[in-house]
Amino acid sequence: MIAVPRRLRLGKKDRSSLLVALPFVGPWVIGFLAFTAYPIYYSFTISFTRYSGFGEATPIGLTNYQHMYADPLFWKSMYNTLYYVALAVPVGLVIAIALGLAMNQRVREVAIYRAAIYAPSILPVYALTFIFIVLLNPRFGFLNYVIVTLGGPSINWLGDPGWTKISVVILAQLGAGGPALIFLAAIRGIPSELYESAALDGAGALRRFVYITLPLLTPVILYDLILGLILGLQIFTPAYVLTQGGAGAGAGQYVAGPDNSLMFYVLYLYKTAFQFTDMGYASALATVLFLVSVVLALAIMRTSKSWVHYEVT
Amino acid sequence: MTVRTVERPLAVEQRPRTGRRRQRPLAGLFQAAVTPRVILIGMCVLYVVPFYWMATTALKDNPELNIYPPTLWPQAPNPGNFVSAVRYIPFPQFFINSVILTAGTAIGAGISNPLIAYGFARIRWPGRDLMFAIVMATIFVPFPVLILGLFDVFTKLGWIDTFLPLIVPAFFGNPFYIFLMRQFLLQLPIEISDSARIDGARELQIFWHIILPLAKPAVAVVIIFAAVAAWNEFLLPLIYLQDESRYPLAIGLQFFRSQHNVQYNLLMAASTLVVLPVLGLFLAFQKFFIEGVSVGAVKG
Repeated sequence: MIAVPRRLRLGKKDRSSLLVALPFVGPWVIGFLAFTAYPIYYSFTISFTRYSGFGEATPIGLTNYQHMYADPLFWKSMYNTLYYVALAVPVGLVIAIALGLAMNQRVREVAIYRAAIYAPSILPVYALTFIFIVLLNPRFGFLNYVIVTLGGPSINWLGDPGWTKISVVILAQLGAGGPALIFLAAIRGIPSELYESAALDGAGALRRFVYITLPLLTPVILYDLILGLILGLQIFTPAYVLTQGGAGAGAGQYVAGPDNSLMFYVLYLYKTAFQFTDMGYASALATVLFLVSVVLALAIMRTSKSWVHYEVT
Repeated sequence: MTVRTVERPLAVEQRPRTGRRRQRPLAGLFQAAVTPRVILIGMCVLYVVPFYWMATTALKDNPELNIYPPTLWPQAPNPGNFVSAVRYIPFPQFFINSVILTAGTAIGAGISNPLIAYGFARIRWPGRDLMFAIVMATIFVPFPVLILGLFDVFTKLGWIDTFLPLIVPAFFGNPFYIFLMRQFLLQLPIEISDSARIDGARELQIFWHIILPLAKPAVAVVIIFAAVAAWNEFLLPLIYLQDESRYPLAIGLQFFRSQHNVQYNLLMAASTLVVLPVLGLFLAFQKFFIEGVSVGAVKG
């Protein structure tokens, strides 16, 4: 990587190559400045002001951050989101690896199974949420019908604050087909000689999985963990749809689901900014989300040196 | 569902059959043919049941929705629910809006990402690798962090409550698609470009006349992914659009939920109509989807 150019003054050849590249990369540079760099700068600066979105922003120093510290809904939404991520990311990882292994089976019609498992992952999340509202209906839904028929309890999936987040975790698993395909490609990339020599040594399927497959999947696992974490912290659509986005019963209030159990961080940010037009506080929330995402991602990266293998040792 | 049953190898070559040899014929047959099928079919059932429930609920009449135990097949399937669902909300208007947003985004992605990826893959310039690292880093910026600033940008441009904030950014590239295109362009031999350069071709000509025709499969993947993402997008139209006449289906379908008595059969009928175009696109372009996703695994 060229972190710092060796010569500060570019040679003639370098300058002309920049001019050649400009028409290609130029659009990205403009887009980056306008749609990524400026918005980050904006959130950061507005977070130190009181601003309704119209007129002038009034500087108020750290007041928004002090307010956040004392704001029970901030903590509630942070708790809900971290609870969701702590559950959804590992569950999603295990399911994606299991699906990837299953898709690797030598069965003639495996493409059909692969298609059926992958297809839900490209469907709109809001539509999947609608389906879950019907599927998880405590009295007339299919899921409880199956559970009760098997002798289990009738669960109030979307009405009991203890189950609402679990419901969203289950919903998210409909999207596991995408990561599963990435794991499938990685599994197929493992050299077959490794399995052959292990089989000669008498290693069973489980041992081969633990000592060959799993270590060689760790780079993909790391990628999936970090992306799952970043996307999990952004969970919004299911919570918005399930709680009707503040329309109807809870209109004009900071309410999302029974006991606010579906008040996820980004839903709280959205409501603060666009339903209550408190742009200053919403910007502070956005800045904190950014910091939390970066810190958690870096923490995972730091641990990765001890468990990610780029080749078999 | 008719799915093409041709087994396509993924980006990486399939490994030959390994593992234990068949010592005992019957047990071996069971292990090779029956067990994996039972597992796979079991997994598929979990992924198909929600859509079965969606389709059958869409066909049920109102009284049947409140029967316990729920009927697994509609007593008298009523396709009229689809008509009612479409009339219940301004469905055609929402549909047209969704199509415009999807097409605009797909066109933008199809133009910008190959161009940008070419600049990172096939031209040498000082600072290129650092700049590409920044492109990759933006994947990890949580999108909600940007929405307030984006709202400010588009307010200043006077674009709020128009389709522009939803379409125009697609013309400036997306890190995932830039990465995907770049991976593809790196595989094309550099000699192709070199010989054209010797003949005096300019870089844009090489891109347009030589590289782009070779990169058509990758461009197709980008266009398809961008189209599906735009069709599915929820948060952005929610923020930028205010007037009902401009709502896409994602926002328009919320009307079914804001009523006191939600008509679940109509909601499911509308959901079916939203899901079907995506499923159709998937069945038509299955190999593009599957190969496109797999690029993520080949990364260094």
